[in-house]
Amino acid sequence: MKVLITENLRIDLEKELWECRHCAAALIGARDNYKRGLLVYDRDPREIHKPLLDPSKYPFTYSPDPRWCRILEYYCPQCGSMIETEYLPPGHPPVRDIELDIDALKGQWSSRDEVTEAPVGTDPPRRLHSHDHGHGHGHGHDHGRGARK
Amino acid sequence: MNEMTVTPEQKALLDRFLADNKLFYAPDPEIMEDHRIGPRSAQEEALLSQPQDPHKINEVRGLVVAALDESNTMIEQMGAAPGAKWGDMTTAIFTAAGDLSMIAPHGVGGFAAAVFYPIKFVIKHWTDEPTVGIRDGDGFIHNDARYGGIHNTDQSMMMPVFWRGRVVCWISATIHEGENGSCEPGGMPAAAESKFDEGLKMPPFRVVENFELKRDLVTFLQNSVRDPKLQLEDMKVRLHSVLRLRERIIAVLEEHGEDALVVTLRQHIEDVVQEVHRRIRELPDGTMRTVSFADSTLRESALLKLNMALTVKGDRMIVDMRGSSPELLNRSINACQASFKTMLFTGFMQNIWPDLPFTMAVFTPFDFIFDKNSLINGSFDTPQAMSLIPLFKTMTLACIPMAKFNYGLPNRYTAIVAPQYDQPATLIYGGLTQHSEYTGNFCADINGMGQGGRAHRDGEHSVSPPFAAHCDLGEIELMEEDLPMVRLGAFTLARDRVGFGKHRSGLGYEQIHTYRRSGLWGFMTGCSGSLFSSSQPLFGGYASPAYPLCKIKNINIFDELKKNPEKFSFDMIELMNTQPFEGASYSTHSMGMTFELAAPGELYMMCQGAGGGYGDVLQRDPGLVIKDLEENLISNDTARDIYKVVFDADTQVVDEAATQRLRAEERAARKARGVPYDDFVKTWVTAEPPAHLPYMGCWDNAEEVYGINAGQRVKMPGTALQSQFMLNPKDLRIAELEAELAACRKAQASGRQA
Ligand SMILES: [Zn+2]
Repeated sequence: MKVLITENLRIDLEKELWECRHCAAALIGARDNYKRGLLVYDRDPREIHKPLLDPSKYPFTYSPDPRWCRILEYYCPQCGSMIETEYLPPGHPPVRDIELDIDALKGQWSSRDEVTEAPVGTDPPRRLHSHDHGHGHGHGHDHGRGARK
Repeated sequence: MNEMTVTPEQKALLDRFLADNKLFYAPDPEIMEDHRIGPRSAQEEALLSQPQDPHKINEVRGLVVAALDESNTMIEQMGAAPGAKWGDMTTAIFTAAGDLSMIAPHGVGGFAAAVFYPIKFVIKHWTDEPTVGIRDGDGFIHNDARYGGIHNTDQSMMMPVFWRGRVVCWISATIHEGENGSCEPGGMPAAAESKFDEGLKMPPFRVVENFELKRDLVTFLQNSVRDPKLQLEDMKVRLHSVLRLRERIIAVLEEHGEDALVVTLRQHIEDVVQEVHRRIRELPDGTMRTVSFADSTLRESALLKLNMALTVKGDRMIVDMRGSSPELLNRSINACQASFKTMLFTGFMQNIWPDLPFTMAVFTPFDFIFDKNSLINGSFDTPQAMSLIPLFKTMTLACIPMAKFNYGLPNRYTAIVAPQYDQPATLIYGGLTQHSEYTGNFCADINGMGQGGRAHRDGEHSVSPPFAAHCDLGEIELMEEDLPMVRLGAFTLARDRVGFGKHRSGLGYEQIHTYRRSGLWGFMTGCSGSLFSSSQPLFGGYASPAYPLCKIKNINIFDELKKNPEKFSFDMIELMNTQPFEGASYSTHSMGMTFELAAPGELYMMCQGAGGGYGDVLQRDPGLVIKDLEENLISNDTARDIYKVVFDADTQVVDEAATQRLRAEERAARKARGVPYDDFVKTWVTAEPPAHLPYMGCWDNAEEVYGINAGQRVKMPGTALQSQFMLNPKDLRIAELEAELAACRKAQASGRQA
């Protein structure tokens, strides 16, 4: 049985392993910090949030200040997927963001069916008027009022 | 030392003496530190131990909710405060003990989820106080957040409903009034250095007798604020909406009887408690952690940490906020723990369990752990007028840890969503209007923050404040009738200012403000996030960018528009980068600006914020990237450099094969530049915060907290936090300039000698 934990990670309960959901790579023991099974890169935030105002003219440019803010990017060592990102001041210890009680997790899932695709959750019902136009962009649009699971 | 022994009789006498001779009814910690619903009253116990008719409860609930809806709509139609026009208000009903049971369906629940504190204060302290008491026809007013509330701009009317000589329930109406006589106009003074700079500070007191406002007290309040008209109008509005609500509750009592109402109000909240226990039980046991940083005290740049650990154990949830920034004795951004809990709850209702009834009972299964004297457990003496800085973050703080608890569940109560923009990015204004009236308030743009990316789709643009999904933006034309402000740019979604991801966040829009026809007008902004990204991403997305405040001064734009209308573009980036007006001064600033007077025609420009992005940018559907291009939400560079989509710039047709190749190359490049975690940590982690950062909060150990006192870094045990005292930024600037001047003079002198 595998339990989904995030968009990018799952736990194999029998093998007690963290796995990448995109390439099935086994990352590290489920009782360990999953980040220890990943690659990390210290990203200058100006490379992602590029300055929109001319940095030669202004101190504030819409880019985070690299002396205050860094982006830690965590990659799957097998497929290179971005598993997590973390915005921290330089030198700040990465946060142990997930710490699960694996024995409790096993007990909980012993009476549940495996979930391989995360459910969406209910969207609030939407009234779409007949003149409602131009939303034809293939991602999940509810036509009609029904909430969906 | 003398040992004092006290007999039980003496102890009782002493207790009675202290109770009868209380010096000052400060906020009562017994009330303010208890967010849970109280035990059943004897009446509730007797009624609820009988079998219930769920159809009856449902019918009564329907009547009560309809009554709440009507009274809330009355405020919306009649209210004078800008906040009341956009939905920044609510009416609510409470049990006889003061526990919040229901709110108006379109109300801002956070207000009601804070007002139970002052109601409990009135019940506990004024019922038996011979000079006060509680009688039929009484109404109590309140605004001081230290007695319960989000911040002191919000004023409430609270009224007991009597039936056959006894209180059967309480009802309330709350509006974000804004102006409250604080040291800066608009009621949210970033400049407040003590609580005495905050303006009106009303603990709950009686202002209505025999269902009528007491005009002497109203006059006192009017005399204490910049906008006496607003103060009177909205006190009337709150009273009359509450009176209408009372009429309809009395009608319910007449038709269905007291028992039916009491059972409905209590059963409603007990059901919620039971349901929340069930929801916590289905989560995995464990601890999820997150951090969030504000980068401004609104007077100086500083990095203030919020440190959260959520622990699920069985059907209990523990919220541990230890290690967060210490409080600031002379800055206005502190919050008390009751305000923090209310806003955290509000965030749960907006983002995590929006299907639950809006009652504070949701948090009854929650335990909280705080450091004393922290930013979000601020002491009574700290100024809290701009508590929104930590509290806006608080509303989205739980999104990330709760997403990790919720992700694997077989069913979900709502879509998983990355944090919404978490700062009050709006302009606050004050001065003399074109109608020669003094005023001060804030713009409704606060109600249009971009949503975070969601598990199944992108976030919505400029959708709502983080505290209520249905608040509106207000009408610019209406505002211009009352105020001398002119919007030269509004509702333009700000290109590239977005949380990138598999599902991007919603964007915020740009606002270009100026004014005319006033001899005295000024602006302020109270917002952090100009150095450090504010809204955090989820599951490998990117955060919002940082947002500055932009000014163009020494200009009258109305003259320019007459002379050279073609020089003006409705795009703040273009205005700032091309600097089209000769002689004007162009500058960028952090978004924390204390009140300053402006000249007519000067431009103040800012942008609502975007939420956090969701998921890996390389997993974004190239078709959606092109759609963002078509809608001018991103630039070609972003499509290529961030999303790694290859396309023809003229036709915007995607080259699928080349995109796949480019994305594969990027994945390979990630693997090449990434360092195994253990190796990375060895070179990355420092023993303490970098010396150049004015850092507040824990670093590696939640039990040791850094702070700044009178300009010096200090390190304290979390169990013994000292309040931070900040130097005046102007004194620091003067000292800096004096040192520069001295150096120049010295250099000059030595130059002369040479
Ligand atoms: Zn992988």
